[in-house]
Parts: sequence; structure tokens; C-alpha cells
Amino acid sequence: MASNTVPTSDLEPGESAPSGFEGDRRADTVGGVVRGYVDRIRGGDLGALPAVLGIVVLTALFFALRPETFLTPLNITNLLIQAAPITLLAMGLVWVLLLGDIDLSAGVVSGVCAAVLAQLLAEVGVPWYIAVLGALVTGAVIGLFTGTLVAMIGIPSFVVTLALFLAFQGVTLRIIGQGGTVPIRDDVIRALTNSYIPVGIGWLLAAAVVLLYAALTLNRWRGQRSKGLITQPLGIVLLRIAMITVVVVVLTAILNADRALSAAIDLKGIPYAIPVVVLLLLALTFLLGRTTFGRHVYAVGGNKEAARRAGINVVRIRIMVFVLSSSMAAVSGLVAAARLSSVTPGSGGGNTLLYAVGAAVIGGTSLFGGRGRVRDAVLGGLVIAIIDNGLGLLGVSAYLNYIITGGVLLLAASVDALARRRAAAGRS
Amino acid sequence: MSVPKSEDGSPILELRGVTKSFGANQVLHGVDLKVYPGSVTALVGDNGAGKSTLIKSIAGIHPIDSGEFWFDGERVQVTGPRDAAHLGIEVVYQDLALADNLDVVQNMFLGRERTKGAVLDEASMEQAAKDTLTTLSVRTLKSVRQLVASLSGGQRQTVAIAKAVLWESKVVILDEPTAALGVAQTRQVLDLVRRLADTGHAVLFITHNMVDVFEVADRVAALYLGRMAADVPISQVDRTQVIELITSGRSGDLGLDQSVFEGA
Repeated sequence: MASNTVPTSDLEPGESAPSGFEGDRRADTVGGVVRGYVDRIRGGDLGALPAVLGIVVLTALFFALRPETFLTPLNITNLLIQAAPITLLAMGLVWVLLLGDIDLSAGVVSGVCAAVLAQLLAEVGVPWYIAVLGALVTGAVIGLFTGTLVAMIGIPSFVVTLALFLAFQGVTLRIIGQGGTVPIRDDVIRALTNSYIPVGIGWLLAAAVVLLYAALTLNRWRGQRSKGLITQPLGIVLLRIAMITVVVVVLTAILNADRALSAAIDLKGIPYAIPVVVLLLLALTFLLGRTTFGRHVYAVGGNKEAARRAGINVVRIRIMVFVLSSSMAAVSGLVAAARLSSVTPGSGGGNTLLYAVGAAVIGGTSLFGGRGRVRDAVLGGLVIAIIDNGLGLLGVSAYLNYIITGGVLLLAASVDALARRRAAAGRS
Repeated sequence: MSVPKSEDGSPILELRGVTKSFGANQVLHGVDLKVYPGSVTALVGDNGAGKSTLIKSIAGIHPIDSGEFWFDGERVQVTGPRDAAHLGIEVVYQDLALADNLDVVQNMFLGRERTKGAVLDEASMEQAAKDTLTTLSVRTLKSVRQLVASLSGGQRQTVAIAKAVLWESKVVILDEPTAALGVAQTRQVLDLVRRLADTGHAVLFITHNMVDVFEVADRVAALYLGRMAADVPISQVDRTQVIELITSGRSGDLGLDQSVFEGA
């Protein structure tokens, strides 16, 4: 989906290569790439594999158990809308996790921002864009506060955000009022998850995404090749483009199919929340993979001391990451509010944070810092949404739902920890 | 293999009468040191002799208390790491300070990334990293896009040294580059140290290993209790003399006059 940020590597230890850089030439052949990939997986760098496997296996499982309902266009649309707020929250958390920090307050921050949005719309009566701006600024300011406590005062992020997890629930309660529910009546905000892009425009957007991706990828490949730099073989590049195309086309076709339960109404099109997620995915992937800021985030997460000695302002990077993460929490809160058409004192509480951390980790972001990509949030968010949605269709009891979801997060964290041990052991 | 060439030409880096104290503890006493371009100077001394303090003073981490710091024929003030970096002094510390999760190119350019507009210029960085490694005849890396986590100790040392060289540095200081390395990897690093000098760099390297000293050094500078016991071409001393200089500060007519310690 996005460009390679941390490029290919092979994990074979060992020395003695008289010609030098022969691994770079090996990467030129399809076989070499495949071998490199296998080496990487055996070395503990699983990448997107667990998440993709999870999506495939879980989809097959729930389809087998609920063939009538699970893979219908209506349910897939629901599932994607369910995944959107989880994914958006996880997209911000990936950055915090990259630093080796954690933000336990991200969920309730999304609640505070949603409450600000709701009250700006309902009580103050500002137009939707002012309310959205207010929610985003609230998120950014909270991130600045959290980041300052963590990076400048030096309190462990675990403690800061655990304290804020409690405190912000109080803030939401104060803004919304005891036992109250503030409905979201604004049409534009509600449209995020309750209105759909016209079918024709939906296809145009899908085509634009595919063509843009193909053009950028091929152009980059051609540029690198012409300068004699390390490239993947054309076959692999084309395969990636083909896979992205298939995913985009299939999803667009499903979302553009009529999913109404009664023939009298017409219900089709891509929910507006989806392009919001895709746009932020592209923007954040660019920021993380192609800019100095992103590179420095990886460096701080990989080796803080090395980053400091290289002249990187570690404090500034950490604060900015918390600002970014909390701003993404605001976006997530916004979409969640649109989906439920209301904000309650409990918004962003419960399992919101657990789901988002789970999404990032299942997607392949390490809890130990230094390894992760923005797309992890999307893949992991889908896994979490499939579990949540599928268990709902199965009608399992609430207690079982909690236990299974918690178990999946533990499983993902175990895979992460084992992969890390494996990578450490592979080093000579 | 090492031809002494230190006598001809003028030093790129020269310290005269440098002192450094930490509180009441005076670590360096009037240290003189000359480091020449194109030559390798081994800095030897027992634990606590002041080797680390000396290189940290040169690197600007512990600025000198008194004495003169000359660089390229001019007297300079080095009051911080930035000053040293601006002069072209790069230090490779023992712990290397590499980010495991980044690849070789990314590590070499860390903190000084090249950009085109807002975007990282990966092509130019990759090319420059390859060129630098090729100049140093580094043939042990499989790929410049390999993660540093997957490198061996010798390869990591190589990357750290190449990183220091990338910045048109004139003086490269290495803190025990061969400690904790196996025989083959030590060989690689020593070859690299030699090539650093052959490409015109002035190299100052700390070591405890006499084999290393006589393998690559052109000059040897021996510290004894914070004083420079000798700073001489390697051809003028043998192994026994160097060990005597390290352990007692004297060897024959070389070394410190015992009178300097009287009354201390």
C-alpha cells in the first residue's frame, strides 16, 4: 500500500564476502527477494504476515460459521465502519509505540475530543468545521501536555498516561454531564459513517488511488534503477501493484453493491470514513517513511543515545509524536461519534484503547519500539474489527467476547516478544 | 606494513600543556600530543591513565581547563562537541551508537540526512554511503540496505568508522575499536584503520592490545597517570619499551623524569 520505509535486509550473519555488496545484487532477482523474505521471517521480522494470515483465517472461520450473514455487502460495510475508529486511533499509537513509549490515555482522549466536538455543535452552535477544528486542537494540546510530562519532566509514559486515563474520564464527564448523552445532529459529521459516496465517484476514486500508486511506485523504481541503486525486481513491483489493485477493486465493488435489506430502498456506496482513513494512511506513511522527522522517530525508538549523539533533538521528537498521536485520537473520536451519532461520558473508555493497541501490535508494530509502520494500524484494525463483528454475529456472550479479544492481544504481544528474542539471538 | 611518515609534515592536531581536573581530581597534567595526517597514532596507557578523558577533551565533551589546542596550524577553542565536529574531528566511541532498527545507509546519515525539498534523498545517500565504503575498501558488507541489527561486531565497527569518515573528517578518533572482536574481525578493523590513514585522515586510536599497536600504528603516545610519558614514532620503540612506558612511565632514556612525581 505504501512505499517501503525500512527496506529489505537479510539477516544472515557471517562475514567473508570478497566482492562486497553481493546481497544488493542478489536482491535483483525474484528468487533472491523470496529468499530474503524467508530469511527475514526466520530472523524474527514477521512484517505483515501475522495480520494478513489473521484476516484470511478469521474471515474463513466466520464465513464457515455464519455463511448467510458474515460476507454480505451490508456486513462488510459495517465491519469497515467498525474498523475505522480503531484504525485511526492505532495510526497515532503506532508512532508512540515506535518510540518505545505507550499512551494508555489515547482512548479517553478521543472521548474528550468527541465531547468537545459535540458540545461545540450542540451548545455553542458553531458550524461543523469549527467544531472539528476545536476537537483537533483539543487533541493537539493534550498531546503537548502529555509529551511535555514524558519527554521534559521524564516521567515514564506508562505512568503519565495511566494517570491521564483516569483524569480525562473526569473531563469527559464534566463536559457531557452526569448520565447525559449529547446527540450529534450535524449532517456533515454524521455523513462520515452514515452517508455514502455516489457509485460513479466511488469508482473514480478507486481508479485514481490505484493509478496513483502504480505511477508513484513505477516511477520510483525507474529512478532507482537508472541510478544503479538497490531495487526490487520488476516482477515483485508489478505483483505488489496487482495485489493493491485487486484489494481496492474488490472492496469498491462490494461497497458499491446494493446492500439494502428491503428492495424499496437503495443503499450503496463507499462510506465517507473510508477515504478519510486512506488519506491519513497515505499522509502518515509519507511522513514516517520519507521525511527526516519519520527517520528520527525510528532512530529515537531504536537507540535514544545514538539519536542524541547524532544531534537529533530527542525531546522535541518525543513531544511531537505525542501531539500527533493525540491528534489522531481526536480524529478517531470524531469518527466514533459520527458512527454512534452521539457522545456519552463513557465515549473512548472501555475497550477502545485495548482494541487500538491490539490493532497496532497485531499489525506488526513492536511494543519495544523501533519497529512498525502506519499500515500496521489498518491491517490490525481489520483483524480486531473482524473478531468483534464476527463474535457479534455468532451471538457469543459479552464475557466471552472480552476474553477472546484480550487473548488475541496477548497472542500478538507474545509473537512480538518472541520475534524480538529471535532477532536478538540471530545477531552474532 | 606501516611506514612511519609522521616525522615529515606538520601535525593537524596538536595539544600543548593540556590540563583537566574534575573537582579536586586532576586527571591530565600538562599533556602534549601531536596527531599527523596520513598516520595512525596509538594512544596507550593503563586504566585510569587519562586516555578517555583526553579524547573526550579533544572531542569537546570535557573541554580542557588550560593549555593550548592547535588545529591545522591555528590555535582554536574547543568548548563543545559541535566545535570539534566543525573542525572535522569525529569520534567513534566504544558503544558505537548505532540504531539497530535502521540500515547501514540510514545510520551513516543519521542526524544529517540529505533531503530534496521535504523528502529524504535516499538515492544520493545510498550512493554516497557506497562510495565511502568503497573508498575504504570495505568488502564485508552484503548490502548497504542491511539492518545494523543483522551485522557482526566487526561490521558494526566498520559502519561506525565509515560514518565518521563520511563527513570529510580530518581527524578520526577510535575508542578501543578492536576490543571484544574476534581474530578475523580485528583483522578487518585494523585494515580499515590503516586505510583511513592511507586516505589522508589523521587517526588516533586507543588500545590495550600491543599486537594492534605494532600492526598499524605509525606513532605511539603513552599516557602514565595523566602525563604524556612519550609520543614517539613506532620505529623508535619496541614492545617491551611500550609496556614499560605504560606501567612505569619510563623506559631507558624515554619517558617521564621521576622527579615530576616527587612531592605528589
